[in-house]
Amino acid sequence: MTPSLRKVVVPTLAIVIFLALWEALVWIMGWPNYKMASPSDLIPAYRQYWDLFLVMGWQTLWRTVLGLVLAIVVGTALGMIMGFSRTMRDALYPLLVGFNAIPKATVVPIVALMFVGAHDFNTVLIAFMISFFPIAVSVSIGLSTLEPEYRDILRALGASQTMIFRKIALPKTLPEFFGALKVSVTLAFIGTNLMEIVSPHGRGLGALFDSGKTNSDYPLMFAVLIALAVLGIVLYYVVVALEKIFAGWAERQPS
Amino acid sequence: MSPLIKIKDVRHAYETASGPLPVLDGLDVTVQEGGFCAVVGPSGCGKSTLTRLVAGLMHPDAGEVWLHGDLVKAPRSTVGMAFQNPVLLEWRTILQNVTLPLEIVPDGLKGAAAKERARYLLSLVGLDGFEDKRPSELSGGMRQRASLCRALVHQPEVLILDEPFGALDAFTREDLWQTMHQVKESEPFTAVLITHDLREALFLGDQVVVLSGRPARTQYVMDIPQTTRPTLDDLYTAEAAERLATLRHQIEIAQGRAAPEEAS
Repeated sequence: MTPSLRKVVVPTLAIVIFLALWEALVWIMGWPNYKMASPSDLIPAYRQYWDLFLVMGWQTLWRTVLGLVLAIVVGTALGMIMGFSRTMRDALYPLLVGFNAIPKATVVPIVALMFVGAHDFNTVLIAFMISFFPIAVSVSIGLSTLEPEYRDILRALGASQTMIFRKIALPKTLPEFFGALKVSVTLAFIGTNLMEIVSPHGRGLGALFDSGKTNSDYPLMFAVLIALAVLGIVLYYVVVALEKIFAGWAERQPS
Repeated sequence: MSPLIKIKDVRHAYETASGPLPVLDGLDVTVQEGGFCAVVGPSGCGKSTLTRLVAGLMHPDAGEVWLHGDLVKAPRSTVGMAFQNPVLLEWRTILQNVTLPLEIVPDGLKGAAAKERARYLLSLVGLDGFEDKRPSELSGGMRQRASLCRALVHQPEVLILDEPFGALDAFTREDLWQTMHQVKESEPFTAVLITHDLREALFLGDQVVVLSGRPARTQYVMDIPQTTRPTLDDLYTAEAAERLATLRHQIEIAQGRAAPEEAS
């Protein structure tokens, strides 16, 4: 098998085995739907609500991506501030850690009350709040751990600070940045769905999950979970593809 | 001939939590144009501070650093630096690493001319065919060769070498010593080399400066008559052995292990 074929076949096979085990578990234990739905129960759920899955999946996706983009912009800016200034690092770190430690589920009702009715804004805000921290930390660490020799090589030639940032600090931080982004992608999904589930406003996959709950439609609930997982996988691999393009050099050739 | 580098009675102290820490206390070094000055001294005596002074990366508390008749006040694009850590940029190819200084210095070569120059230097140090490799694909010695090319690419007046061969194994190091001599034949430069290796200082330098322990001052200067194309065998003559013994003794004085009155 060629390596590129293996890259597709192995994960696909793993997913198929996982689904088969799941199906077998439900079948052997004789669980009814309200205990655990099996993969074969999900197909009718998808067929019945396919239009809703498309509409709400899109709502969840765009709000997650927007929150993530905000997290990248703000997280990178904060990381740069903390990476270049020791004083700002000392000042901001405890605040950020404290902010990150607050369970976002407790923030959801507060935000929902604060901006009552602004559902899209609320959801994007929570997705952003939950996902910017890893980015800020990774950028600040990447910048502050730049070896002085790297700076000296360019400074000795009379390079300006912006030149040093553009030629060295920025590219050198990219692998750490993408590592953090992979964590942030999944976090942003959690943020979006927290808002959609905890503060129902009839939009997104979270709302679909909630309606499954109120109608005791258990296969629908499981179908939403799987749909979320699929979206998560797609977005994760988008980040992986971007990483290959912009920081592919950091990947060692297999020797 | 006027000296290219003149360091006059330089004194410097670093600010630390427990008060000022003097590192340089009366440093005098003079290097003629085309000269190769090897600086040796006990560990932590302020040798690296010396390189940062010459590069204009810092100002001394007192004393003067002159480069080509100009007082050094700020970094200038006429120096090239190579460190023990080759600090190659992992996201660039070897060729792109070598051309980096040309992107920064004013009126540096651009485009094809820059690549041409880099290729020429890489072939000079024996790295033909590695232009498009990434630094991670090269051995330590090869990376150091590339780092040397980068330091030379913009034809600097002064080459500052801060223990560039310190992390290499003995045989690779000796290879690079010979490479240095070959490069110097076709790309003349003036160099300050910081090193811990007395044989290296003797083989490469036409002048060896011994610094005292911290705070460093110029303790001893040895002039070495230059032969064309020295070979490693030149390090094993009676003459060389005698010079090594003298330098060794000076280091012991600098470390405080031998009495200074025996010094010449």
